[in-house]
Formats: sequence, structure tokens, C-alpha cells
Amino acid sequence: MASIVNSLLVVVLGLNLFALGSSRLNAVIRIVALQGALLGFLPLLIHQPIGLAAVVAAVAAIVLKGIVIPIMLTSALQRAQIKREVEPLIGLLPSMILGALVTGFAMMFAAYLPVAREHSDLLLVPASLATVLVGFILLTTRFKAISQVIGYLVLENGIFIFGMLLVDAMPLTVEMGVLLDLFVGIFVVCIIVNHINQAFASMDTRRLVELKE
Amino acid sequence: MALVLILLPIAMGLLAWALPSNRGRPWLLPLTGAAHLAITLAVLGRLMASPDLRLGAAVSGGGWLVLDPVGGLVLLSISGLFFLCAWYTVGYLRYRQERPNGVFCACMLAFLGTTSLVAWAHHLGLMWVAIEASALVAAPLIYFNHTPRSIEATWKYLLVGSIGIALALLGSFFLAYSCLRAGLAPSLMYEDLLRDAPKLSQPWLHAAFVLLLVGYGTKMGLAPMHTWKPDAYGEAPGVVGALFAGGMVNVAFLAILRIYHVCQAAGQSAYTAHLLIFMGLLSMLVAGIFMVGQRDFKRLLAYSSVEHMGILALGLGIGGPAIFATLLHMINNAATKGVLFLSAGNIHRAYGGKTTDQVQGALRRLPLSGALFLAGFLAITGSPPFGPFISEFLIANSAFAGGRYVAGALFLAFLLIVFIGMGATVLAVVQGRPSHTEPVSTPPYRDGWWTGLPPLLLMGLVLMLGLYIPNPLQHLLHAAAHYLEVPKP
Repeated sequence: MASIVNSLLVVVLGLNLFALGSSRLNAVIRIVALQGALLGFLPLLIHQPIGLAAVVAAVAAIVLKGIVIPIMLTSALQRAQIKREVEPLIGLLPSMILGALVTGFAMMFAAYLPVAREHSDLLLVPASLATVLVGFILLTTRFKAISQVIGYLVLENGIFIFGMLLVDAMPLTVEMGVLLDLFVGIFVVCIIVNHINQAFASMDTRRLVELKE
Repeated sequence: MALVLILLPIAMGLLAWALPSNRGRPWLLPLTGAAHLAITLAVLGRLMASPDLRLGAAVSGGGWLVLDPVGGLVLLSISGLFFLCAWYTVGYLRYRQERPNGVFCACMLAFLGTTSLVAWAHHLGLMWVAIEASALVAAPLIYFNHTPRSIEATWKYLLVGSIGIALALLGSFFLAYSCLRAGLAPSLMYEDLLRDAPKLSQPWLHAAFVLLLVGYGTKMGLAPMHTWKPDAYGEAPGVVGALFAGGMVNVAFLAILRIYHVCQAAGQSAYTAHLLIFMGLLSMLVAGIFMVGQRDFKRLLAYSSVEHMGILALGLGIGGPAIFATLLHMINNAATKGVLFLSAGNIHRAYGGKTTDQVQGALRRLPLSGALFLAGFLAITGSPPFGPFISEFLIANSAFAGGRYVAGALFLAFLLIVFIGMGATVLAVVQGRPSHTEPVSTPPYRDGWWTGLPPLLLMGLVLMLGLYIPNPLQHLLHAAAHYLEVPKP
């Protein structure tokens, strides 16, 4: 089972790099949707035996992250009529390289962390740290509002991976609450993104500079 | 009881959203607020009468919803402040008939429900969900004016806040992992964590504390994660500023109190003290720097809120007798911020501006709101005989008594900087001759029962807290401080 989980996580890490290296926003949305959906299968692989609660949580996560949120983001993108993230703070290739470096760093750093013995052969901790850091790179180096939302989703995926280490700490109700908050958050953000687009005729957050000291 | 306090406001919020009448809808706010406050007082009475000072909700779920004295104190501050703010909102929205207020009223009520859930939650995962939900329903409140500036403020609030709250979730997971690493079943139940605290894996516990402090500190507005705060408080209606600076920050502070308590029980007080004192003093310093020469009086209040979050963190870091003072300061700050934001909202409405270039002579033009703004300034900067003086004095006293001379001295120095910086702007607003600007709203704004009395009542409360703390409140404060000092077995 550990080898399946680890290969899944390697795919997830690869998707991180794809998300960093792609300029077409539609493609990035799909990459992150695939990442979220793949991660949705993780609880079924890790939590044995599979109970009803695990199935419900997995289905909810897959539907929300793989279908609902991508549709919301894509429609926000269509209304804004933009296709690409132009001139990010760090170019696409350099940010991919940075992402790879960060992933390597996470692998080395995780080796020093006091991980419980039953988790030592799983890549969950390094994959989680790497994905969180990639989320931060996306958040800080991209300027289109929608790219920043995508960065947040990657960050959230990284935290989700860490949650896989904890079987009983998050009961189903709380798990559902987290997903509901994510849905409401993306919903609110999409509304604001549309308004940014209408008010500033652009989705570029660099135009939001009115408020400062 | 717990479910009523949480679900009633949310149900009323749905009703407010469904109601078609823009004029009638705001009435739901004070009605719900009054019911909520009455139930809260009854619940607190039962809490103080119960032998072990905890009140479990009669629902299944194994102690997820439990009210302890600390949660009770936060619940009281939210409920009381919300009632007066709701009253004010009825008057405020009469001047804003041009804007649809359905979403605004619904979100205010949902905010009350979700923050009440935070006060009851004894499962740190559930608490995270509730805090995130309250932060999200608060976003449309900032966006009420639908101007480009308010869009910008809302965007920054959402982005910075979401990152902060995501880190808090990671911190909660780290906390659960510290159980697992120690060979215990991973749990985020508050009682389990307190009981097992001495056994928790320390590296993970330390990392969890940092992440939770940063994450919930973002919601509180501790420097350097405060950047969203001046924008949001500056662009949101005054009443929203009052609810944020007195309600949301208390809820976030409650979350920090929870993890602080677990670290105390784990015997890690030296570790938490350093971080809390550093963050506290840094927040006070940053706030002081940005307050000097600040011309926008709503942004000024936002920085004052950053300063007082710093005081709360500092008081917690000093610990010992300062815990009581910190909890008292939390109440004082909530009431005083209510006075300041509500009166500042009135001044803003009357002048149509919020900088000292546009606003002068508020004492003449709006005698009540101008006087309350001035009195609120004196109170929040720690002048006797108001409530914050007592709590700030007690914190300084405990710092020196505990041998933390540098922290105590810096605390007093920063208070002085803030007094001077804030005073210059506040005096510029209230003194002088009113400039002759055209009234901005129809009918032109005048202080009345609806918008004048709530800040006046809050001011009376602030004065009373400085002279005499009523016995029930004193009991509650002592019980809460005791609860935090002694780790529960």
C-alpha cells in the first residue's frame, strides 16, 4: 500500500511543477483540479479498513476539488476574458526550477523531523511541506487574482496531505466543515474577483494600490 | 442552549436574506441580538452556578460544545457588543437606503452565530472551521460600499486572512501529530490535549504553537501580519469596524488562549512567553510608528486595534497575575473600540470624509459623537478613570513584579508614543471650526437615539469598568484566569 501512496504523491509533486511552469490559466486550473482529485483518493488508500465516513469524505473532496471549484474558477476566467498569466514576478522556467529546489529541500528537511515510526516509509510529510511551499511561490509571484486563488488551493492541498497522517483527529463533521469553508471561501473570492475585474478592467492585483500609508 | 446561541442567529440571517423589505429587515438584528444576549446571560448564570465551572451542551458528539469561563467571557463580549452594534445598525442603514442591505444583515447575523460557535467549541478542528466561517461571512461586510477602494480592502482581507487561517489549520494538524508521535491517539479535543499535554512530542508542539500564533495572530491583527487591518477597518462601515475590533479579535485571541493553555499544561511556558512578549511589543511598536502622523482617523483606529492586540499578547506572555489583567483588557478593549468605531462612523457619515483635511470641529458639529470620540481616545490610551487604565496598569505592574523590566519599560514607552500619535489626530478631528461641507447623505446625518445611544452606553460601561467591576463579572474573570493558570487534570 505504501508504494501506491508514494507513487500517487510523486505524481502530486510533479503536478506542482507543472502548475508552476504553465502560463495558460485554464491549464493551471485543470492541473490543480487533478491534484485535488488525486489527493481525494488518498484517505481510501491510507485508512484501512474503509468505513462509510472515509468514503463520504473522499467523495466530497473529489467532487469539490476536482469538479465544483474548477468550474467556478473557469467561469470566472471566461467572464474576465483572460487566458494567460503574463509577466509573473519570477519567470515560468525559473519558478519551476525554484519549485524543484523547494521540493528537494522539503525531502531533506523532512528526514530530520521526528516522524512517528509508522509513517517513516511514506512520503506524506515531505510531499506536504513541498506542496505548501509551492503554494506560497504561486501566491507571491503571480499577480492575476485568479492565479493567487490557485496558489491558495495548492497550499490547501499541501495541508490536506498532512492531514492524512491523522486518522481520528478530524471527525467527519469537522472534515466536512473544512470542505464547506473551502467552498464558501472560493465562492466569495470568485465574486470579488469578478468585481475586481469590473471595477479595474483587469484582474491584475498590482492595480490594487489605492490603500497605503 | 449552545445550539440556540449558534443556530438562532444563522436562521435569522437566512430569514433576513429572504425578506424583501430593505427598511424592515434591519429590525431583525436588534431582535436577535437581544434574544442572544438574554440567553447568554442565562447561560453564564448557570455556568457560574455549576460546580466544576463547565457547561456541556446537551448534544451528542462527546463534549465538542463545552462552555468554560474563558469561552463564557468571550461569548459575553461578543453578545453584548453585537446587541449594541445591531441597535446602531438600524439607525445607520436608514441613512444608507440607497444600498441593498440583505447580504449585509444576513452576514452580520451569521457572524454572530459562527463566533458563538467558536466560544463553545472544545474541539480545535471545529474551532478552526468556525473561525474560518466567521472570517468568510465577514468579507461582504467590508465590501458593503461596493467602491473600488472597498474591493481592494476586501481582497487583501481575504488573501491575507486565508493564508493565515490555512497556517492555523496546519498548526492544528501539527498539534494532533504531537499526540501521535508521543504514541497517543491523535486528537484535537481540548480536554484530551490538556490531559495529555505533558506527554506531547515537544518539537511538534513548538511548531504547532508558532503556526497557530501566526495563523490566528493574522486574524487578530498582530504585527507583522496586520497589513489587511487598516485597509479593512478604513473602508468598512464603522459598525463593522466595531464588530471586528471588539468581536472577531476576541474570538481569534480565544484560539490563541487555547493553544497557550495546552503549552502551559505541557510545561512550555518559557517558550511561549518569549514569543508572545516579542510579538506583543512588536505590534505595539509598529502600531505606534504608523499612528504618528496618521491623517485618516479610521485607519488610526485600526492601528490602535493592532496596538491593543499587542497588549493582549504581551499580557499573556508575562503570565501570572497579568492573565487576569489581560482578560479584563480584552473586555475593556472590546467596549472602548465599540465607542470609538461607532462614533467615528457617525463623524464619517456627517462629514463624508475620514481624514483630518476634511474633518475638523467635530465637537461643535456633532457634540455627542465628537465628545464620545474624544472620551474613547482618552480611555483607549489608558487615561484614568476609564477601564483600560486599570488593565494596562495591572499588566505593567505584573511585568515589573515578575522581573521583566525591559518588557515593562518598553510597554510604557510604546503607550506614550501611541498616546502622542493618536492624540494629535484625534484632537485635529474634534477641535477647531467645522469646515462648511455639503451634507453627504439625505437626510443629513444628526446624532439620534439609534446611532448616538449605543456608543454612549458603551462609554458608560468603559467608565464603570474603570471605577468598579460588578461582582458577577469579577467572578467570571477570576474563574477564567484560574482556569487558564491551573491545567485541568
